[in-house]
Amino acid sequence: MEHTAPPAWVMLAYLISGVFFILALRGLSSPATSQRGNRFGMAGMLIAVVTTLITHDVASLPEIIGAIAIGGGIGWVTARKIAMTDMPQLVAAFHSLVGMAAVLVAAAAFLNPGAFGIVGEDGFINPVSRVEMGLGIAIGAITFSGSVIAFLKLAGKMSGAPILLPLRHVINLGTLAAILGLIGYFTVDQSPWIFWTITALAFLIGFLLIIPIGGADMPVVVSMLNSYSGWAAAAMGFTLHNTAMIITGALVGSSGAILSYIMCKAMNRSFISVIAGGFGAEAAVSGGEAKEQRPWKRGSAEDAAYMMQQAESVIIVPGYGMAVAQAQHILREMADVLKKQGVSVKYAIHPVAGRMPGHMNVLLAEASVPYDEVFELEDINSEFAQADVAFIIGANDVVNPAAKTDKTSPIYGMPVFDVDKAKTVFFVKRSMGGVGYAGVDNDVFYMDQTMMLLADAKKMCEDIVKALQH
Amino acid sequence: MDFISILSIFVMACFVGYYVVWSVTPALHTPLMAVTNAISSVIIVGALIAAAAGGSPTAKWLGLIAVALASVNIFGGFAVTARMLAMYKKKER
Repeated sequence: MEHTAPPAWVMLAYLISGVFFILALRGLSSPATSQRGNRFGMAGMLIAVVTTLITHDVASLPEIIGAIAIGGGIGWVTARKIAMTDMPQLVAAFHSLVGMAAVLVAAAAFLNPGAFGIVGEDGFINPVSRVEMGLGIAIGAITFSGSVIAFLKLAGKMSGAPILLPLRHVINLGTLAAILGLIGYFTVDQSPWIFWTITALAFLIGFLLIIPIGGADMPVVVSMLNSYSGWAAAAMGFTLHNTAMIITGALVGSSGAILSYIMCKAMNRSFISVIAGGFGAEAAVSGGEAKEQRPWKRGSAEDAAYMMQQAESVIIVPGYGMAVAQAQHILREMADVLKKQGVSVKYAIHPVAGRMPGHMNVLLAEASVPYDEVFELEDINSEFAQADVAFIIGANDVVNPAAKTDKTSPIYGMPVFDVDKAKTVFFVKRSMGGVGYAGVDNDVFYMDQTMMLLADAKKMCEDIVKALQH
Repeated sequence: MDFISILSIFVMACFVGYYVVWSVTPALHTPLMAVTNAISSVIIVGALIAAAAGGSPTAKWLGLIAVALASVNIFGGFAVTARMLAMYKKKER
């Protein structure tokens, strides 16, 4: 069966859909244009779906409408109900669905290649299409099983600690080589066992790749899986000769790759070392015994309230602990009271704060913190030297000066906030016992100007607000 | 379309993606992930083709499941992005 080229308007429609997706991402360059961008995205998707439905002989329209209604309903309700703090696991779950959809589409293309127009004159599937399908199903399967593990870890349904199998690097590399070898062999022999073995191995490798990676490396993992879901869509776009899918795949693939790069750079770690996994496992073991007792000062909510009222400028450094304690709303209230009393309040966000890129920004936005009070690392770091108070809430590694001075530290070289330059530091933390994700002690705890506020972040902010209003 | 034209579109789109994504403000990185998630569900095009075609009942059912999964993502992804973006507000002056 020879594949006839679709009419020109169809090609144009898919091209427009692809361009709309570019505009959707372009809109995100500023919060002011972002909502319009999102609407471009929706329009692009509508064009792609409608074009596909009108240009194919649809034998089963009621079933298709039913499938869209069921899926769409589930998606819509989930999106309405989800708490902002649960966004990382929601994104991971969504990635797994894209991965599974890619697997199913590739499998359907293998079982019914005629419908996809990929059968050559000899009656077999075109060899190029076989490579594309093989890559599509492999990347899709990796995205699926990897995202499921990432979801379980982020949702706390599975321990966030790295799980290290013996010989895991050998197993992983062997499995990857087997997948690539089989995709190569698939071009000369299109036996079903090869196709299904590729699929099974890819599901396995996705699982193996993510289990050794610890909780706080999840920003990189989620971005990487985001990238994979794009490449899977692009591979299927090659199979279907579909411009919208190829453009989207390339956009999403680059987007995830760039986010992974930004995250790795913000931790001064190489992508390879993140993917190899196990970070934090060794440091946590050695950190336990070498701990000496050093003097530190405990502060109270009243101390914090008093000092911040006297201050001219306060910089708040939020971290994952704020998200866990759901303290963003009360934190904003605290900032509001201070602002009413004439104190300048700014927020400083580290690129890897939280469990996904931009996690803290979303939580602060949810708590109605205006986005022009929220600053990135390089824009605000010089201001700590003039700040009266640095208020650290639920962050730890991102303010650890060891990253600047201690060459033996696992976080050496990571860009950190210069909170040690602020006149007074308040460090909200649940207890002195816990160390940050990297498992290293933090000199900021023991500085003369530091007061430890040991409590749940939400409770502490509530107490400070009470004290401020006295 | 031959393979080379498709490859050209792909390579150009990678470059466009590179520059567009670098211009996204870091404050919107979470919405970026949510919206890329939604648009990568354009894979629904492939799912619809599989679901619409006669010939193989198995392929049709795989296609229908894929349509449902991709729809979760499309509706969920765009809705959650819209919800997040609506929260970003400027200071009231």
